[in-house]
Amino acid sequence: MTDTAASRHSASQWQLMWAKFKDHKLALVSLGVLGVFYSIALLGPFLAPCDSWQTSRFTFAPPARIHVFHNGRLMRPFVYGMKMTSDPRTFERSIAPDKSTVLPVRFFVRGAEYEWLWLVRGNLHLFGVDSGGQINLLGTDILGRDCFSRDIVSTQISVTVGLVGVFITFVLGCLIGGVSGYYGGVVDNVLQRFMEFVTCLPTIPMWMALGAAIPAQWSNLKVYFAITVILALRSWTGLSRQVRSKLLQLRDEDYIIAAKVAGASDSRIILTHLLPGFASYLIVSLTLEIPRMILGETTLSFFGLGLRPPTVSWGVLLQDAQNLAAISVYPWLMFPAIMVVVCVLAFNFLGDGLRDAADPYKE
Amino acid sequence: MARNGQSGALLLRYVLKRLLWAAVVLVLVSFFAFLVIQLPPGDFLDSYVEQLSRSGMGVDSATLVALRHAYGLDRPMVVQYWEWVTRFLHGDMGVSLLYVKKVNVIILERLPWTLLVTTSSMLLMYAISIPVGIYAARRQYSLGDFAASLVGFVGMATPGFLLALVMMWLAYLAFGVSLGGLQSPQFMQQAWSWAKLKDLLWHLPVPLFVVAIAGMANLIRTMRATLLDELGKPYVTTARAKGLKEGVLIWRYPVRAALNPIISSGGWLLAELFSGETVAGIVLGLPTIGPVMYRALLAEDMYLAASCVMVMSVLTVIGFLVSDIVLAFTDPRIRLS
Amino acid sequence: MPATDTILDIQALTIRFHTRQGLVSAVDGLDLALRRCCVLGLVGESGCGKTVMSHALIRIEAPGRIEGGRISFFGRDGAAVMLDALDPGGSTIRRIRWKEIAMVFQEPMTSFGPQHTIGAQIGEAMALHGIASGRALQSAVVASLQSVGMPRPEQTARQYPHQLSGGMRQRAMIAMALSCHPNILIADEPTTALDVSTESQILELLRERQAELGMSILYISHNLGVVAQIAHEVAVMYLGRIVERAPVGVLFASPKHPYTRALLRSIPRVDRDCSGSIEGLSGNIPEPFARPAGCSFHPRCPDRLVGICDQVAPALRRMDDGSEVCCHLYRECAHG
Repeated sequence: MTDTAASRHSASQWQLMWAKFKDHKLALVSLGVLGVFYSIALLGPFLAPCDSWQTSRFTFAPPARIHVFHNGRLMRPFVYGMKMTSDPRTFERSIAPDKSTVLPVRFFVRGAEYEWLWLVRGNLHLFGVDSGGQINLLGTDILGRDCFSRDIVSTQISVTVGLVGVFITFVLGCLIGGVSGYYGGVVDNVLQRFMEFVTCLPTIPMWMALGAAIPAQWSNLKVYFAITVILALRSWTGLSRQVRSKLLQLRDEDYIIAAKVAGASDSRIILTHLLPGFASYLIVSLTLEIPRMILGETTLSFFGLGLRPPTVSWGVLLQDAQNLAAISVYPWLMFPAIMVVVCVLAFNFLGDGLRDAADPYKE
Repeated sequence: MARNGQSGALLLRYVLKRLLWAAVVLVLVSFFAFLVIQLPPGDFLDSYVEQLSRSGMGVDSATLVALRHAYGLDRPMVVQYWEWVTRFLHGDMGVSLLYVKKVNVIILERLPWTLLVTTSSMLLMYAISIPVGIYAARRQYSLGDFAASLVGFVGMATPGFLLALVMMWLAYLAFGVSLGGLQSPQFMQQAWSWAKLKDLLWHLPVPLFVVAIAGMANLIRTMRATLLDELGKPYVTTARAKGLKEGVLIWRYPVRAALNPIISSGGWLLAELFSGETVAGIVLGLPTIGPVMYRALLAEDMYLAASCVMVMSVLTVIGFLVSDIVLAFTDPRIRLS
Repeated sequence: MPATDTILDIQALTIRFHTRQGLVSAVDGLDLALRRCCVLGLVGESGCGKTVMSHALIRIEAPGRIEGGRISFFGRDGAAVMLDALDPGGSTIRRIRWKEIAMVFQEPMTSFGPQHTIGAQIGEAMALHGIASGRALQSAVVASLQSVGMPRPEQTARQYPHQLSGGMRQRAMIAMALSCHPNILIADEPTTALDVSTESQILELLRERQAELGMSILYISHNLGVVAQIAHEVAVMYLGRIVERAPVGVLFASPKHPYTRALLRSIPRVDRDCSGSIEGLSGNIPEPFARPAGCSFHPRCPDRLVGICDQVAPALRRMDDGSEVCCHLYRECAHG
């Protein structure tokens, strides 16, 4: 047997999974896409050229175009400044590029101050223009705030809500599902009825009811965690059902009985035999819960029962998209919608890929 | 399918067990609904007083205490819960400050519309998903399969409100008018007539599509995956070897088996439909229960909000019950275990 | 020209699978003839193509494709039907399925549909092929269950597959297969999933019904011992080809092909000294994409002739004692 054949015969479970996962092209692409999202989330305001809360008088400005030719001369990439013009006949005001103001795009600019990860104060931005000017890659909103910066900051919030929520789901699901599956009998029965009851409550109405209960005076951070808890209160049922059924199933599997017969202790059985058996299923479940949470938070925030301004998330930004007439004239306001769809799709594909990779008997 | 006395008795036992389960769950749901009432700071009377003071009237503290006592709001929680539940079961769901109406009147007005939207969405979902799922499984990797998968994925990834907005926007672009609600204004107060029915049917597709799409996406994927699983099983080979026509054997054997998870997920589907109906209802202005609950929550009109939650959950529990019983009929393995 | 008592004649059959990793020849130039009223045992290791070949006989070989050769079926009226040329979904083959050629599968657990009763599934076959209909159908179903020795046929007919034990399910499967009185029964490892005592009962049942109905059985198995009990003739298959075929007594008394000899050597014998270890076959079945040149068995053959066996594929040679073998070690006998 050659080396690779031999190594494949004795590869660990994780190596096998990774090999299979690599075949799933869509899942790999999704992994990359999610990497981009989470990098944006990590770097946050560094990537944004402007302060997300800085209003300006240029409301609903269209996306700025990056030019390289000015008056026929090749220059470093730049944007034009903006000026307000009014049509002499209709007196309608509009925003037009001010060709007299040339704002070169610079990298690693010192700009508006921000707090990175709530720890470090900084004012370094990846790119931007000299102070006094604005660069609005995705236009501005009703208060003249830069949409691109707001989209970046909202990404930070939206993609992390899923992570925190899924962590709570994991703890709750494992705990309750584990107790239920391990003890069986009456405890199992009672907990299962409880799980079914939670499943019987329609998801969004339940979330809305709980979201409405968050006191108005709570700080943004408290609201953020409250939302994640509320989202998790619904998601844990799926996970705990899986944990429970896997525990019940695995307890009777041949290889567990074999281990017992061979004299393995209970803890060894749990750690080295039971756990790896469903660790991969857990990971798949959790990965597929995240997009549901992201959708949930987006929906709640859109309806005003989730995160509140000045916190921005995709849902909050999409509140501006309710006005149909506005959207048809200022379509860049819908950009967060694209981000939601792409992010959720990526998570779903990733989850599918993981699920296919984890199933040892799947073709 | 012959059914002897023994299996009939087992079926009855199963149905009774499920009914008992439903009762237990409904009790727990009532706890939750009561919790919803208690969640906002203050109680019904505080909101009422606030409303009065906004319109310029005031209530002195003595009257307040008396009123509180009269409404039973100074009694312990357990007693309040009991009174609320017993009144609810008698049909007295309290009063809505927002609509200035009795809650049960509001709910009764909206219940038919809610049932209409929910059941027709469900029918639409099954009617489309099952054939599409079967097609996708049989013609794996074909263009149709990819198209169905694509629609499925987009449907799953797009939040309901976004879909509703997009559809409204498209209608706005196409017709220049906002297509909302289930009826045009001129028909709302009129008696039923053919014209009114046609108007309703004209308004139905967009809301139904929005409500059903997420569930549809999931159903198609489930149907496809389950059927693919079943198609590989030996009993399909046996059926083919017996000389049955391909079309006949697909429906009689693997589809029958693949329908089980679809049927058993009926209850869960209904719960998701109420979520969808709420979201679509708010954005599209439907006369259903979900949007009312939403407005009640925003206005802290708690009896109305709790009753909406209660009604939706009751309907969901009924849905679970029905799907369990239907499954017991169609899957002999459940009935006989 | 095949003998007049041949019911099924397979010539140079080739079945290939077009997989993403490449082309797999599951059946590679297979020659086999099945006579009337004869039990032909087909022996081979897992993966040699026995099941694929048997599926091709009723054209359910998909996703494999028949890419060469001929399958001729000689029905009751003697006319030849070219099975390989029929449309797999057409009405001709569907009429032949079950009524002329029936099959018993390996997995009694899952060969019955879980949602229908045993009686419904047997009745479906009978009604489809015009054996019985209407009111007579129910009694015909019960009669067929009775003929396979079911203890309570009326009750069994009303039961679902999961309510029966493995042995009962296989009996029901046989009842269903025989319900339309086929000319050929293909039994694909029918007793592999059963315990030994049930196995002997099923074998006895098959022997009885075969004699009674005068049908031919193609009995596929990897178990030589079982084949010895039921077959009149035995064919040995390796990597998609028949390497030896002989009457059962001849095969066991004087096996010719090195593969057959190795298979027989590897069976533990009660009447032999068991001090030594059991001789196994060296090597493994070659990868499907790396078929050996020449004789496909030569890498594992202890008697291979270097220069011949690894270059030229042997042709079928007829021997004196009625056997046929595909091996360079044997010369064709004078009167072929």
